[in-house]
Amino acid sequence: MPMPSGSKLTQSNAAGWAFALPGFALMVLFIIVPFVFAIVLSFTNQRLVSPNPTEFVGWSNYQQLLGVGMLTLEPEKDASGAIIRDADGQPTYPRVRTYTRNNPDYPGLKGMRELTSWQSGQNRTYILASDVVFLRAIINTFIFVLVVAPVQGGLALGLALLINQKLRGINIYRAIYFMPVVVSIVVVSLLWRFIYDGNSGLLNNMLGALSFGAFKPVNWLGNPHTALGAIIAMSIWQAVGFHMVIWLSGLQTISPTLYEAAAIEGSTKWQTFRYVTWPGLRNTAVLVLIVITMQAFALFAQIDVMTKGGPLDSTQTIVFQAVQRGYGKQDISGGSAISVILFLIVLTISLVQRYLTREKT
Amino acid sequence: MARIDPDNRGLRLTVRYTVLTLIAIIFVFPLIFMVMSSLKPDHQLLTDTSSLRAFLPVGDISVNNYFDAFKRAPVAMFVFNSVLVTGVTVLLSLLVCSLTAFSFVFLRWRGRDLVLAIILATLIVPFETIAIPLLLLSSKLPWIGLHGLTWGWLNSYRVQIVPFIADGLTIFLFVQYFKDLPGELIEAARVEGASWGQIYRRVVMPLSGPVLATAAILKFLAMYNQYLWPLMVVQEEGYRPVMVGLQYFFQLNPAWGEIMAYLSLITIPVLTFYLFLQRAFIASIASTGVKG
Repeated sequence: MPMPSGSKLTQSNAAGWAFALPGFALMVLFIIVPFVFAIVLSFTNQRLVSPNPTEFVGWSNYQQLLGVGMLTLEPEKDASGAIIRDADGQPTYPRVRTYTRNNPDYPGLKGMRELTSWQSGQNRTYILASDVVFLRAIINTFIFVLVVAPVQGGLALGLALLINQKLRGINIYRAIYFMPVVVSIVVVSLLWRFIYDGNSGLLNNMLGALSFGAFKPVNWLGNPHTALGAIIAMSIWQAVGFHMVIWLSGLQTISPTLYEAAAIEGSTKWQTFRYVTWPGLRNTAVLVLIVITMQAFALFAQIDVMTKGGPLDSTQTIVFQAVQRGYGKQDISGGSAISVILFLIVLTISLVQRYLTREKT
Repeated sequence: MARIDPDNRGLRLTVRYTVLTLIAIIFVFPLIFMVMSSLKPDHQLLTDTSSLRAFLPVGDISVNNYFDAFKRAPVAMFVFNSVLVTGVTVLLSLLVCSLTAFSFVFLRWRGRDLVLAIILATLIVPFETIAIPLLLLSSKLPWIGLHGLTWGWLNSYRVQIVPFIADGLTIFLFVQYFKDLPGELIEAARVEGASWGQIYRRVVMPLSGPVLATAAILKFLAMYNQYLWPLMVVQEEGYRPVMVGLQYFFQLNPAWGEIMAYLSLITIPVLTFYLFLQRAFIASIASTGVKG
């Protein structure tokens, strides 16, 4: 960001620092110091309250969080070499825990548990993780981001195009679409808990009425297959108005003469969008994408209010895990390590996004 | 567009307004449901969800849920705490961040560019990534108050206020705005012998209405709706803000009527405020999108 040239300003170190210091000092103390703390603490065994002195433990917090292993097992065979099959005719395999508990031949797998497994020919391959819940949290968070970023960004653009029409009373609609943004996500999450309720929930009742009773009620938040999807839908509902407004301000920077030119050339609506509107929204698109991604990675309040990570860890997220450990279990070092991992993910993704969407010269 | 005959145009308008209205319903129905339910006794509230009655003020309507909510929890205190924390943070933030931005834009001093770069770099650090170490830090910070020197900030107003006074986004908004102010005004004031403090107070601030409104609205929303941080640092009832106070309504059997009353109570003032200042709210979100 270019600052005004200094030619007409005289150097004034004392006044400059005096004006800037309160703000800068507060930011150092409450953002930069904790940020450095997070990195340092993640290599220790620090707890919120502990009688023992803090020690450096190297990478072990990270190993504990991110340790993964792979194990391929052959089916169990009897003395004659035939595969032993269970009652359903499926091959049986040795129990995974015989490899992960005190097995001197597999020291790398010690303490790990099964994350997922699949069949490959006769053999069965297991992905093991030392912290299954945290890896689930990472996977869920990525699913959340990968769905929310394009869907919310796209819907917000659609709404912005709709609201950008010249119609009487359009500002009322704009105000309504934006309304959920000013409502606390905590309030929204509680309301939607009621909407998603398995018995008297509004959603089940509405779907039942629309399908004349053919729809079977679903416990949206209590079912591991629907819980994350339900939270995704609600999160988009709450935040889409925010990005609609950002798109809208981008749309309004496009010169009307371009549209007039397109109209004279007789271009269709789609051509106008493709060759006039969309190129003019380039910078806005990059901004919307980065902002949604950063907000989506911070997913916490919805989880805390609606599901607490359940059912069956299907809605665990990175920040929810950081808080559960750092605050709930007072394990500051574990929570800090998760925070650092989150920061590195966000940083990497925003750098990649910036690179992919860079101005091509 | 000129060739469309009037009938066709009327049809088009009808279609457009129908689409706009259907979408509007999607955005308001949970809020209408909240307010209507807050007026109904629990048993009616639950049976009404099976029909459109859920969105209408029908049946046994009263404000009893509101009275019961006040009996169940110290609601007035939660509201007071939220208003105090939000109000003080917004005011201090406007002062501190505008001073910092003023220094970046109008003064030349050693280290200025580096400090500005550091402040802008914090924009990519989500609060969630520093919350845990900040919790540890806050539990150990010193404070000099009525009881002399004490250690630890947990369970206080200051732990909810001080860390949020200065932030990169607010400073950035002020910097953007100040850069567009006419530099001749400041130069003229300097020539007349005004001090930097006088220029800040008498020249720059009186011209900064729009950016002050923008920054105040964004900070207000962020502070009033805060959840994660007060959840961690405030265990004592006396300092709890409204969002954390919600926990009082989830003991064993949730009383949904009271919950809806409490939700309405903490949401309607913000929504009213928003509807009155709608243009300013939307303009402030839009201005975060104008990157320099």
